[in-house]
Amino acid sequence: MNWVYLAAAGLFVGAFLCLFRIGRGPSAPDRAVAIDILGTLVVGFCCLLAIRTGQDFLMNIAIAWALMSFLGAIALAKYLEGKAFDE
Amino acid sequence: MSSEAWAETLILIGVLFDLLGTIGLVRLPDVYNRLQAGTKCVTLGTCFILAGAAVWAGGALAMKAVICMAFVLLTSPVGAHALARSAYRSGVAAWEGTVVDDYRGHVERLMHAPTPMKDEATALAQTEIA
Repeated sequence: MNWVYLAAAGLFVGAFLCLFRIGRGPSAPDRAVAIDILGTLVVGFCCLLAIRTGQDFLMNIAIAWALMSFLGAIALAKYLEGKAFDE
Repeated sequence: MSSEAWAETLILIGVLFDLLGTIGLVRLPDVYNRLQAGTKCVTLGTCFILAGAAVWAGGALAMKAVICMAFVLLTSPVGAHALARSAYRSGVAAWEGTVVDDYRGHVERLMHAPTPMKDEATALAQTEIA
């Protein structure tokens, strides 16, 4: 099972690179992109946890996280564009 | 190869893609390049991780992993498209080495054209006042 820990370490490094871009990003869309990608990384991390523990419900968390991350990205995009949802 | 070896290979490939995508997110010069590198690599990487989980576990967990893979493949390009459009329209400048910008003319036409909805609304308001 050591390869699961190796994969988790790789995802941790990626998450810290995303956090660097969130802190550093010169404009607001840079930060929005980094937040979107961080959400996708969390989906992968939930998946690794489900493999390590063998619990099914962690995959439910991954599905919900993917959908909420998509909604968050759309809301941030609409907010940055300066429009409401029905335009 | 056993199924665990297949799952290990798929997941390590996926993590490699995730790392490359986030390195691109840090290293590339402007928001459009970052969006391109990040979204493509991370979507492929996460799909590989989910496929590895489906191969490793089987059963209900594999079914949920396949559903999650379909969601990620459907939603990630749509979100990236919306973010790129909002970045362009909110006026984020592209990198100075950019050669082609085909979207500028379209946006300028949209900005300066009279919007028919607004004209109809003002006309209706004027007739109601009169």
